[in-house]
Amino acid sequence: MINNQNILETVHMVQKEHLDVRTITMGISLLPCIRATAEATADAIYDKVCRDAEHLVKTGNALAVEYGIPIVNKRVSVTPVSLLTASFSGKEPLLAAALDRAAKTVGVDFLGGYSALVHKGMTDSERSFLNSIPEVLASTDLLCASVGVGTTRSGINMDAVRDLGNIILRTAALTADKGGFGCAKLVAFCNAVEDNPFMAGAFHGIGEADRVINVGVSGPGVVFHALQNAEDADLTEVAEIIKRTAFKITRVGQLIAAEAASRLHANPGIVDLSLAPTPAVGDSVARILETMGLTQVGTHGTTACLALLNDAVKKGGMMACSAVGGLSGAFIPVSEDEGMIASAASGTLCLDKLEAMTAVCSVGIDMVAVPGDTPASTISAIIADEAAIGMVNNKTTAVRVIPVPGKTVGDEVEFGGLLGKAPIMAVHTPSSEKFILRGGRIPAPIHGNKN
Amino acid sequence: MKAILTVIGKDKPGIIAKVSTFLADRGCNIEDISQTILQGQFTMIMLIDLSRCGETLAELVGDAKTLGDEIGVSIYLQHEDIFNAMHDVDL
Repeated sequence: MINNQNILETVHMVQKEHLDVRTITMGISLLPCIRATAEATADAIYDKVCRDAEHLVKTGNALAVEYGIPIVNKRVSVTPVSLLTASFSGKEPLLAAALDRAAKTVGVDFLGGYSALVHKGMTDSERSFLNSIPEVLASTDLLCASVGVGTTRSGINMDAVRDLGNIILRTAALTADKGGFGCAKLVAFCNAVEDNPFMAGAFHGIGEADRVINVGVSGPGVVFHALQNAEDADLTEVAEIIKRTAFKITRVGQLIAAEAASRLHANPGIVDLSLAPTPAVGDSVARILETMGLTQVGTHGTTACLALLNDAVKKGGMMACSAVGGLSGAFIPVSEDEGMIASAASGTLCLDKLEAMTAVCSVGIDMVAVPGDTPASTISAIIADEAAIGMVNNKTTAVRVIPVPGKTVGDEVEFGGLLGKAPIMAVHTPSSEKFILRGGRIPAPIHGNKN
Repeated sequence: MKAILTVIGKDKPGIIAKVSTFLADRGCNIEDISQTILQGQFTMIMLIDLSRCGETLAELVGDAKTLGDEIGVSIYLQHEDIFNAMHDVDL
């Protein structure tokens, strides 16, 4: 029998420290659904998602009860939809509606994959697809969109980056009654990954099998509590504590992933080694950094603390599961982390510091609310900066900004649930327009050519 | 299949009796048991064999929670593999 101390530690992690599995995400290939017409393709998509994911929510709920571990989200990711709409330009909303209906039928929280990968160039159909995003996000509830605008191998497609500024502003305007909420369902990526279980950026890559289970773990609260008991530890010891804790957290994810894949007759995919915060007190990545000795996240030293945390999470998690993937690392979404919210509201955490932090953690400028009158070119420039960090550092970076209509610095926007609330953060006012309007492509860095 | 049952709460007479009766009524065999007072709280851990249990683990979890509410303690019932996974590298 496992020793009692270990049993009580596990019970305590779940009951008091918010240990959970953040998401079980079923990746579904839609490539077999392409038909001669958009209408027939939409029907085939609906049928396949409903068939493949029929038991996903029920299975997730059963696993949560049996293992005594909350499984917060059950989600679906699909093949980038732009690959299916190539022959149906102008009819993209038909497919989007079918996916949204399918997501509701199977009862998942979100469905990701209304996506296009245009990191090197855009076809006419992909231009049409990108243009459909604002209306699609405004007219659907559960559908999430993402756009890959760059990679280390190909450089950054600045035409796509330029267009995304306008697309994000249009999405905000069409969902103005919900604080621009549509933008919370739209991510711009550099080095997008094909097996990401987290929203809004999940899609099912074309190199994937027909049906795959990917799992995203969580547990900022568990790491926070472990460090609280190590007030006098030096940073070498801090890293060791985080590694050991990350190992335990990830083993839960591996167990659930294997069991879910087996019960759902799906391919076991990857475990995303993530520390994903929620707005709940005690479930914050920011508070972990503060436990290391920062008075408030965002102050000097934050990037170093985050680098240590991100690396230790990966090292601890790597041995705990058979296949690592997704985004894997610490997430720093502002609106979804009560410590980040507090620091942004007090003015300590600014956009520039967030950008620096993204160079050493797993994602990017995430769930950041900016003034509603932010110019499209400024939003594009934020994306370009993030993409450059990702491209040069050979890592995934992302931007999910919400220009909140009618609001400005000092205001706050509430999205509710896991998406939380966000203080409006200041952007720099000097224009980047001339740079953005140049378009073209930022060439890949020399170290991107590894052959 | 085996599960770990954990009882945490304010100490009072009859907790072990009630939990044991609950398990026996459902065909669950207690293979190991330990009990202590931890930081003023009654803490009991049982390893249970469910191979002859008439209920599914999910049903048992729900019934155990109801029993806990009646007694006034927290009762958690979890598949043993979650503990093995977290604390045993050789699983």
